[in-house]
Amino acid sequence: MSALQQYIDLYNGHKSLVDSGSAQVLNDLRHSAYEVLRDMELPAKGSENYETTDLEEILSPDYGVNVGRVNIDVNPAATFHCGVPSLSTSLFFSVNDLYAEANDARLGLPEGMYVGSLRQFAINHPEICGRYYGRCADIKNPVVALNTMLAQDGIAIWVKRGVKVDKPIQIVNILQNGAPLMAVRRVLVILEEDSELKVLTCDHTQNPDVEFLALQTIEIFAERNSRLDYYDLEESTEKTSRLSAMYVREGEGCELVIDGITLYNGTTRNEYHALFEGENASLHLYGMGIEDRCRHLDTYSRIEHKKGNCKTDELFKYVLDDDATGAFTGLIKVEQGADKTEAYQNNRNIVGSDNAKMFSKPQLEIYDDDVKCSHGTATGQLDDMQVFYMRTRGLSEHTAKLLLKQAFMADVIDAVRLPGLKERLHLLVERRFAGSVSSCAACNSACGSDK
Amino acid sequence: MLKVNNLHAEINGKEILKGINLEVRPGEVHAIMGPNGSGKSTLSMVLAGNPAYTVTGGSAEFYGKDLLAMAPEVRSHEGLFLGFQYPVEIPGVSMVNFMRAAVNAKREYFGEPPMSATDFLKMMREKRAIVELDNKLASRSVNEGFSGGEKKRNEIFQMAVLEPKLSILDETDSGLDIDALRVVAEGVNKLKSENNATIVITHYQRLLDYIKPEFIHILYKGRIVMTGGPDLALELEERGYDWIKQQVDNEENNG
Ligand SMILES: Nc1ncnc2c1ncn2[C@@H]1O[C@H](COP(=O)(O)OP(=O)(O)OP(=O)(O)O)[C@@H](O)[C@H]1O
Ligand SMILES: [Mg+2]
Repeated sequence: MSALQQYIDLYNGHKSLVDSGSAQVLNDLRHSAYEVLRDMELPAKGSENYETTDLEEILSPDYGVNVGRVNIDVNPAATFHCGVPSLSTSLFFSVNDLYAEANDARLGLPEGMYVGSLRQFAINHPEICGRYYGRCADIKNPVVALNTMLAQDGIAIWVKRGVKVDKPIQIVNILQNGAPLMAVRRVLVILEEDSELKVLTCDHTQNPDVEFLALQTIEIFAERNSRLDYYDLEESTEKTSRLSAMYVREGEGCELVIDGITLYNGTTRNEYHALFEGENASLHLYGMGIEDRCRHLDTYSRIEHKKGNCKTDELFKYVLDDDATGAFTGLIKVEQGADKTEAYQNNRNIVGSDNAKMFSKPQLEIYDDDVKCSHGTATGQLDDMQVFYMRTRGLSEHTAKLLLKQAFMADVIDAVRLPGLKERLHLLVERRFAGSVSSCAACNSACGSDK
Repeated sequence: MLKVNNLHAEINGKEILKGINLEVRPGEVHAIMGPNGSGKSTLSMVLAGNPAYTVTGGSAEFYGKDLLAMAPEVRSHEGLFLGFQYPVEIPGVSMVNFMRAAVNAKREYFGEPPMSATDFLKMMREKRAIVELDNKLASRSVNEGFSGGEKKRNEIFQMAVLEPKLSILDETDSGLDIDALRVVAEGVNKLKSENNATIVITHYQRLLDYIKPEFIHILYKGRIVMTGGPDLALELEERGYDWIKQQVDNEENNG
């Protein structure tokens, strides 16, 4: 049986149960997703844009899915220790894929916005939700199709026209279960004209010995002159897989910062699809991966400039050690007529061991001749002369390399605009490279799969 | 303090040092001169422990210990300092953090606790004054975007912070304007004591006007082919290297 089939069968067998745990707007799309999946073959590892990632393998474990919406007995606010404590945020949770929020989560949030359960949003505001849900994610993408077929809830953020949300919204996604589990998360972010929002999401896994799959689809609608910062931090375990597909639509004059930070993970594929629909908009798409042992991080990005005068600044950096693998596939497409486009794409990697592997494929497709575009990729080792220079001043080889790896990530971290998060990230990255304890360092799982 | 005996070294399979003999005692100042490509920087790299070079013969003792067996950082802790001919830029690592790590690594080596933040900053201020290093440079990334002269000044600043017993300064004078040269040379002199020693590698007499060496060595083709007093430098200034080259090459041909 193909890996997909088990989920198709699961849905087939529990259609009404799935529907009853969700809302009409979500259910409306469920069946078309099912039909897409029924006829779909998963892209094989090695095929275009899946050069290093094996979807079949990621989906093959017999994951449980909480279709019955059984509440597990945890109080996330009590068990969760945030790695970013200095940050003052409005705190929301998903435990597996069940929605929860901290008691004081809504303190300090302005009128004119909704943040909370997606299911509730679809029930309370079916018209709004229906206008956006599923409208920018591509249902032919296997991750999106599977997510759309199975997602019963998630997080919705809706910021009305002109509303500026000062306090960052923090969403902590916790995976916690005794047996293998798939969490099906859906995120919908709607920014109406002239609104502002900052979001920080943190993925954590509590049980290092259990296999998890986080299957998520994020849709972001940024309308005219809105501003969004979206920081997505993964601190999971070696046995956690994550398939994330983010779809972004940017209207005229928008300013977006999207930052994907992978500190600890197992097998991760993060997709970013962005479309400029209006002029004078900008997107800073940044990301970093710190990969050691048998971890795997695959970033896929596709940015389309349909309108002129927009700017993309894309930078992804990886540090790979041990047997880790990394991949970066990025496409920036500039349509004809998108004059004065500025698009820069950059992928820089440090490979610190013989077995670690990096696959990098930057791409520009330009159909307009009045543009400024560049792309580049470089994969190399730490500079021996820099290491030696530092050692002559008394730093051990280990410390010297540590500082150089931290320094390598500095520009990605410094692009963070969330007060408190930048400083905290410098520390988390330092600790990560130093190999000292973190919530996820308890993981001793040996990696068995051959990636 | 330093005894180098018949030292041979190669890089990428090419022998550069072909039997160096050199002894340095506390309180002494030595100058090493010699034509381009003769192996001066190679000697300094080998003494500081650059793993890119392979020692193929001979020995080097530092205070009776086997210098060549020590890791570069241990050589530093034990009191050896190298001022680089080409100081290395390290973007993203601030001078302050770099020096703090350096100072505390040395303290750890000697079983001392890390220096307190206030003591450290005070020390940085004092040492900066010695070489008149701009505060702005100290807060930037190591050597990144520094001018040639600023890099050299920064080397002497680091020397002042680390208080080495033996400093090897590889062409610290090149690229310096007249004022900077004076400042750097005065810095070296201020740090001089009867317990420490300096080896300056240079092409120019003008540095030696400030830093007065007792010994001048001429390095040529990987060997010290001549050693003399301060007069030797003056003679070189006048006559160039040709007469020495000829002398050595003749000996080679006849031997
Ligand atoms: N990586 C290398 N591979 C091969 N040869 C090298 C390498 N590095 C240095 N050399 C050679 O070693 C010789 C000595 O170089 P070195 O830098 O020690 O000379 P130097 O005396 O310091 O010269 P200068 O006065 O120009 O600074 C030169 O011929 C140089 O080309
Ligand atoms: Mg040299």
